[in-house]
Amino acid sequence: MRPGSLPLTDQFERGLAAPICLTWELTYACNLSCVHCLSSSGRRDPRELTTAECRAVIGELQRMQVFYVNIGGGEPTVRPDFWALVDYATSHDVGVKFSTNGVKITPGIARRLAGRDYVDVQISLDGATPEVNDAVRGRGSYEVALRAMRNLADAGLAGFKISVVMTRHNIGQLEEFKAIADRFGAQLRITRLRPAGRGAGVWDELHPTAGQQRELYDWLVAHGTDVLTGDSFFHLSGYGGALPGLGMCGAGRVVCLIDPVGDVYACPFAIHPSFLAGNVRDPGGFAEVWRHSELFRGLRRPRAEGACDSCAAFGSCRGGCMAAKFFTGLPLDGPDPECVKGHGERALAAATPAPRPSPDHSHRTAPHRAAPHRAAPRGPVPLTLSRRRPVPACNANPLAGFAPE
Amino acid sequence: MACAASTEPAGRFDLDAPWRLDAQVRVRPEEFGALLYHFGTRQLSFLKSPALAEVVRSLAAHPSARAACTAAGVPAADLMRYARALQTLAASQMIRERETA
Repeated sequence: MRPGSLPLTDQFERGLAAPICLTWELTYACNLSCVHCLSSSGRRDPRELTTAECRAVIGELQRMQVFYVNIGGGEPTVRPDFWALVDYATSHDVGVKFSTNGVKITPGIARRLAGRDYVDVQISLDGATPEVNDAVRGRGSYEVALRAMRNLADAGLAGFKISVVMTRHNIGQLEEFKAIADRFGAQLRITRLRPAGRGAGVWDELHPTAGQQRELYDWLVAHGTDVLTGDSFFHLSGYGGALPGLGMCGAGRVVCLIDPVGDVYACPFAIHPSFLAGNVRDPGGFAEVWRHSELFRGLRRPRAEGACDSCAAFGSCRGGCMAAKFFTGLPLDGPDPECVKGHGERALAAATPAPRPSPDHSHRTAPHRAAPHRAAPRGPVPLTLSRRRPVPACNANPLAGFAPE
Repeated sequence: MACAASTEPAGRFDLDAPWRLDAQVRVRPEEFGALLYHFGTRQLSFLKSPALAEVVRSLAAHPSARAACTAAGVPAADLMRYARALQTLAASQMIRERETA
């Protein structure tokens, strides 16, 4: 446990005045059909927020001092008003990081982005080779992503993000991902595979094995804050020490999701009626949902620790990811399905049938399924791992030791 | 402590100089204090006390950081701790020394 940081975490668990990590999915439309899509995207929903409604949301975010949003989808850049909305947000004190598969990142768009302050670009890539990537994201998607990266680098946009969802087939490629990021002057961001959306259907075959989780934890410890994680892997801190970041589930407390039709969910991995807090079109708008919805107020109340109560690791993993538990049929007060102590596996054996993710905007054509992938045998990650303590979250929390009262 | 910034000697922060928030920084009040965001460096900082938030917000209105602390009711015995916190904010470009007229 990091000295000085616990009181702040406790504060966060009671909820902030406004989110600090808001994901806003602008459309369910997508040119791809990734097998693990968190939002089961594909087809546009006719009820999606109009340009005027999106501008109203941005105005509200500005008034609430939400300083930046993570925009995703679907593929947000296929919205005809996407670039105008980005400009509107950044000119209203709302910075933008948007996630894309790269399909619209032409040399011209890349130059335009390079000239913008307060815009971050994140290209999704789920394999360091076309075989591994395209098995998850679809044929040709590796080439599209790499072309987008070349365009961004050529335009001089340094420090864009390459975002990788870690699966059983790409954990052995961590060094190759790092090399791709270094080649383009980009920053590597790796996140956890969640059993949400279409991800629920492939989680069993794609989520990392216990041995791979350990490999990943050691790699994260060795790379400290060089690699971004979106605070994804705090459930692994039970291995020995906290990873950089807040190290807690922020759902409805510091994090939430606005979906393309304006529905507000507790987090981007929990698109399900059980985690629906309200809609930005309701009276009072987003602020009312954030401040007063019954769901969010419930999430901010102290919880019983349940089955994890007696575990020595609870102080660091804090029970793991709510959405991962929910969509694997585990009780929310019990262990994470990927609990490093093995409690998740035992709980899964006795789990109730998992709830079906909904809504579903998948393309109606036969969904692309992950072929049983046979990766070339890979050795351990080729680097010397130190067992030093992870770097504390200095950047996120520079005044961690400050407690005048 | 592993945070390099927080172990720097408080003596490096000039309490008697005039200070101000960086022009690209916004302050959002929170129950525990405040949240600072720097639009240039894209860094967040959390101020873990309402008094510190008040000091930071009012820096530009006072001839010195010391005066801002006094006005916010910071007891003299706590001044060095506030100076360390302000030094951390200066090191991350959240606050800047003001040009004196």
